[in-house]
Amino acid sequence: MSDTDLRTHAEDVHEQFSDTLDVTVQEVEERLDTLVNEYKVPTSEARRSVVNTYLDEAGMDRDDIGGGGNERRQVHEVDSPEEWIDLKAKVVDLWDAQSDAVAQVGLLGDETGTIKFTKWSKSDLQSLEEDAVYDLRNVVTDEYQGRYSVKLNRTTAIERLDEDIDVGDDAAEVDGALVDIQSGSGLVKRCPEEDCTRVLQNGRCSEHGEVDGEFDLRIKAVLDDGREVNEVIFDRETTEELTGITLEGAQEMAKDALDTSVVGDEIREKTLGKYYRVVGPTFGRYVLADAFEQLNEPADPEETLIKARSI
Amino acid sequence: MASTPTREVAKRVFAREFNDAVHTFKESDDDRAPVYVLFPTGQRANRVFLVGTLTETEDVGEESEYWQGRIVDPNGDTFFTYAGQYQPDAASMLRELEPPAYVAVVGKPRTYETEEGEMNVSVRPESISTVDEATRDRWLVETAERTLDRIVDFQAGTANEYVQMAREEYDLPVENYRKAAVAALESLEDEQARASADR
Repeated sequence: MSDTDLRTHAEDVHEQFSDTLDVTVQEVEERLDTLVNEYKVPTSEARRSVVNTYLDEAGMDRDDIGGGGNERRQVHEVDSPEEWIDLKAKVVDLWDAQSDAVAQVGLLGDETGTIKFTKWSKSDLQSLEEDAVYDLRNVVTDEYQGRYSVKLNRTTAIERLDEDIDVGDDAAEVDGALVDIQSGSGLVKRCPEEDCTRVLQNGRCSEHGEVDGEFDLRIKAVLDDGREVNEVIFDRETTEELTGITLEGAQEMAKDALDTSVVGDEIREKTLGKYYRVVGPTFGRYVLADAFEQLNEPADPEETLIKARSI
Repeated sequence: MASTPTREVAKRVFAREFNDAVHTFKESDDDRAPVYVLFPTGQRANRVFLVGTLTETEDVGEESEYWQGRIVDPNGDTFFTYAGQYQPDAASMLRELEPPAYVAVVGKPRTYETEEGEMNVSVRPESISTVDEATRDRWLVETAERTLDRIVDFQAGTANEYVQMAREEYDLPVENYRKAAVAALESLEDEQARASADR
């Protein structure tokens, strides 16, 4: 471990406590140096230990310092390069590193999908184990030909968590005829409580009781290709694109009819029986529509006809 | 995904085969267990999706409204669909639509015995919607594909239980359904050739 790397860690840690404790970067670095160079503790563990020491001194919780102010993201929310973020993810797959510069490479996943990760050899981080769940603070996003990945670097704090994550398949592509629009589609009201967003039933949230809901548009639809069914959720944006009905327009329609169900009826009329292809991450049994297209190019009978004549 | 109750797939079938599917059965003794019709090509169906030309609607109800719709497939064979007070959306579609129109129907196969003792198969619609010609054409090719897949399985004589059941219950050559698929595909090819010649 080079001195400059330790220095960088020391600066990070110092920044986290500069408001609450009277420590210098030099002091932090000395603590780290003792652990790493005398006791041969891995850098990430040393950093963890030093941070914990200062947390105790400051009477703070680990949550109070966050990941150094990074935004915590879910995998499918990674959508631009060179951002510093925190992730909680499971190691879905480890691949063979093709270069000595890479210590580990593979796939991380959370409920919303999977993303490639790279861990550099020179970062000297602890080894990630397959199927284990980690809290990863301070990873950098990257993009190559439209696909995103994250890089673990020497400032990344890795904490193994004793839990499991149901990893979603990302970017499922499903197609078929739209055979059903399920109840709870159309103009809905969501609970305004922070982090709730549940859809209200008769003005009530199952968690927060009677609340003053906020209008939203969404569709729960079923695509069926004659072999399997897929449930698809369109959010407000994709619902507007699919139906041409805006949230404002939907509210107008509901106001005129004194009934929100007219919006669902209109959506049924516009979409039922048509063929669509939908792409997006899976979440439980649903595919969340990131993008969709109506399949209305002329159907080609030729290939099927050849097959029909050959059997 | 296994923990969620599975929704029945909407099977694709031309009217010729659908109207021959007179054998029904349940998979369990439970009263609420789904009723399946058995396609002669050896597949069970509790839901179908069809697209065709609505050619005629008629209220055949005696005391209350009961709408019959005739929906003709590309071979000129007819699907019969019936909607009454328990299918209000579909019934009002049949009441209001002006034939001819391309319609898509999602529904449950139902069989009934006529006074002459003949078994008829019809569709009890969950939804009826108007669609365009491109949707009809896509359904046609898709339905031909699914029909051919069933015929291949049937002829392979695999251990598929519904193929076995079809061999026991029916004495109908599956060749008829291959011919129906070929005829439907050829009609689409002719239509497309005419359309491009007109251009």
